[in-house]
Amino acid sequence: MTERLEVRRTAKLYIGGAFPRSESGRSYEVTAHDGRPLAQASRASRKDLREAVVAARAAFPTWSGAAPSLRGQILYRVAEMMEGRRGQFEAELADAGAADPARGVSASIDRWVWYAGWADKLAQVVGATNPVAGPFFNFTLPEPTGVVGIVAPGDQALLGLVSRLAPAIVSGNTTVVVASERSPLPAVSLAEVLATSDVPGGVVNVLTGHTSELVPWLAGHMDVNGLDVTGVPAELLADTERSAADNIKRVHRAPDADPFDQAARSPYEITAFTEFKTVWHPMGA
Amino acid sequence: MSEAIERPASGAPPWEYASAPESTDIVRLDDRYGLFIGGEFVEPKSGRWFPTISPSTEETLAEVAEADAADIARAVDAARDAAPAWQHLAPAERAKFVFRIARQLQERAREFAVLETMNGGKPIREARDIDIPLAAAHFFYYAGWADKLEYAFPGRGTPTPVGVAGQIIPWNFPLLMAAWKVAPALAAGNTVVLKPAETTPLTALLLASVVQEAELPPGVVNIVTGAGETGAALVGAAVDKIAFTGSTEVGKAIRRATAGSGKRLTLELGGKAANIVFEDAPLDQAVEGVVNGIFFNQGHVCCAGSRLLVQEPVFDVVLDKLKERLQTLRVGDPLDKNTDIGAINSKAQLDKISELVESGVDEGAEIYQPECVLPERGFWFRPTLFTGVSQSHRIAREEIFGPVLSILTFRTPEEAIEKANNTPYGLSAGIWTEKGSRILHMAERLRAGVVWANTFNRFDPTSPFGGYKESGFGREGGLHGLEPYLSFDGGAQR
Repeated sequence: MTERLEVRRTAKLYIGGAFPRSESGRSYEVTAHDGRPLAQASRASRKDLREAVVAARAAFPTWSGAAPSLRGQILYRVAEMMEGRRGQFEAELADAGAADPARGVSASIDRWVWYAGWADKLAQVVGATNPVAGPFFNFTLPEPTGVVGIVAPGDQALLGLVSRLAPAIVSGNTTVVVASERSPLPAVSLAEVLATSDVPGGVVNVLTGHTSELVPWLAGHMDVNGLDVTGVPAELLADTERSAADNIKRVHRAPDADPFDQAARSPYEITAFTEFKTVWHPMGA
Repeated sequence: MSEAIERPASGAPPWEYASAPESTDIVRLDDRYGLFIGGEFVEPKSGRWFPTISPSTEETLAEVAEADAADIARAVDAARDAAPAWQHLAPAERAKFVFRIARQLQERAREFAVLETMNGGKPIREARDIDIPLAAAHFFYYAGWADKLEYAFPGRGTPTPVGVAGQIIPWNFPLLMAAWKVAPALAAGNTVVLKPAETTPLTALLLASVVQEAELPPGVVNIVTGAGETGAALVGAAVDKIAFTGSTEVGKAIRRATAGSGKRLTLELGGKAANIVFEDAPLDQAVEGVVNGIFFNQGHVCCAGSRLLVQEPVFDVVLDKLKERLQTLRVGDPLDKNTDIGAINSKAQLDKISELVESGVDEGAEIYQPECVLPERGFWFRPTLFTGVSQSHRIAREEIFGPVLSILTFRTPEEAIEKANNTPYGLSAGIWTEKGSRILHMAERLRAGVVWANTFNRFDPTSPFGGYKESGFGREGGLHGLEPYLSFDGGAQR
């Protein structure tokens, strides 16, 4: 009797809808919480990051131009695809040392569903018609900021990431994600889910590697419009915010709440990376 | 005028259409449909059944149960029993049930579309491209509200469901009206008893099977069939809210019947919309919009643009273009994908249209109908224009609910507003002009709940819909469509 040999996955980057290795040829070892070696993950370079920003920028017109209801359906599709692969996510969270992997996966799936519902409601809650004192029709709408860099939290490798990513893309932003350095595999699997969920290539780009190496490049990139610094280590935060000033990036950090708690989700996590546009139009026969 | 298209003397277009019938294989009908109560189909206590037909062939498609007051009471009891658990389900879980309905409707969209066309007579193109996708989109939209209600009405305290909603819907958009009613009610945590129209019960009964497939708790959605008496029994039953879409006459009767009962009520009633074409409008686009405005769904549309107001300088050219366009409309088999105008929904409705059209001729308006061959069986009416219409004519005042357009003229924007608002109705209006400031000027002055500018008959789940004046009160769709299904335990009450 011969035992069948398992086919192992190569954990790659996710850039522009494709799964390349780092152009640098570098990788780093990922271990489980108990020290077991799990895989080699790509260690993204500055060039990989720049490629990811180019891909995100290229995807922005289509994604931000899609009907909000379509974006909502696509985010819901992400939840559907995750549900089908929950066993894989649970195993990865268990390896990462999660106390209750099933709960983490369920909460992550439900968070996609929750934000999916906001796609065609956000403007109804945060937009306005403004009764200006004159014969004008005047209204204000939220619009996506552009390319948003997301530094995912180091712990809560799945729910923490989903809680940052879903609100960023639901409004039409495109993103470059720096995955949890210690536990990147759930992010790699999420990229594989996104690739099969009708999310256009380039809307989400996922880089694995060394956070301290990638964050300064991301923060200083002149074609990145917003930066979610939730996963930026405390010692790097001030430098990161300083770099972000060069092109007036919108910098945002997740609320200080248990990611399982309802306080960790809010439409104002979406508006952290939206602009508000006001339009004036004359009224008269 | 550009060079005219040469036509045979009959007025038919100079080309032939191959028939393009949609297959009905996808639809499997039972001989009989009971009442959907407590999650299953049950025999009516009334013991009565009635046939439901195809208005394009007059063939019986199935028999459906006729619910009497005892059946209604049973359905309301089932909804009442299901209410506490449904209300207290975690909102995110309630959302996922409603998402399931949306997805299943999308999965089975073609089956629903074909059945809608078979039972109601509307062109398959409209059922396939408008009714069913919009119905699914309504469920998808409201599903997302189920766990976000606290954001919808800030400052009004905790939103709680009203309880059991009795919902009565018309025959012109059977599944879509069911979606407009059921989706917000469920999302807000209510349980429902839905009564489809007696001529078009089948897609609502197919929706019942989707509700089963989605594994909604039994009793959350109940669907009872019957005619006016059944509806009256539902209005009189122990429900907390009535939502009605239908005629203004019945709406008034429901308002009287619920007087003093404390039942919440929303009414979406008739209309006699003005579609206003200014001389600077892009006229070809406007004519398409006018045609869509009145001939969409055979004119069986409460918000139909049934009064065309044309600015005098362009009256002749608009009329010529309209007549030309009417000759290309294809009337006939609704299952044919080329058909523009399908069957009139029922014999009774055909009689009503015919009677009003006769009154138009009798009162001195000038009638125009293109020549076209109508099928021998079924209920049909040619697309019809009236010119020389005065505001006192019945065809300018009464809702015809058929493919009949009354054309009037105006000189100034003020005159257009005056004429457009000269009706007890106020559901919708249309404006055609290149001038943006004029659109907004007109929109501000039109006493109507929906104003379309350079378009007509647009619907979207995010967009509130409903009337001013005798077109009813309350809104369906959008954030505003949640409010009729919610109570608030603090803050300002309505």
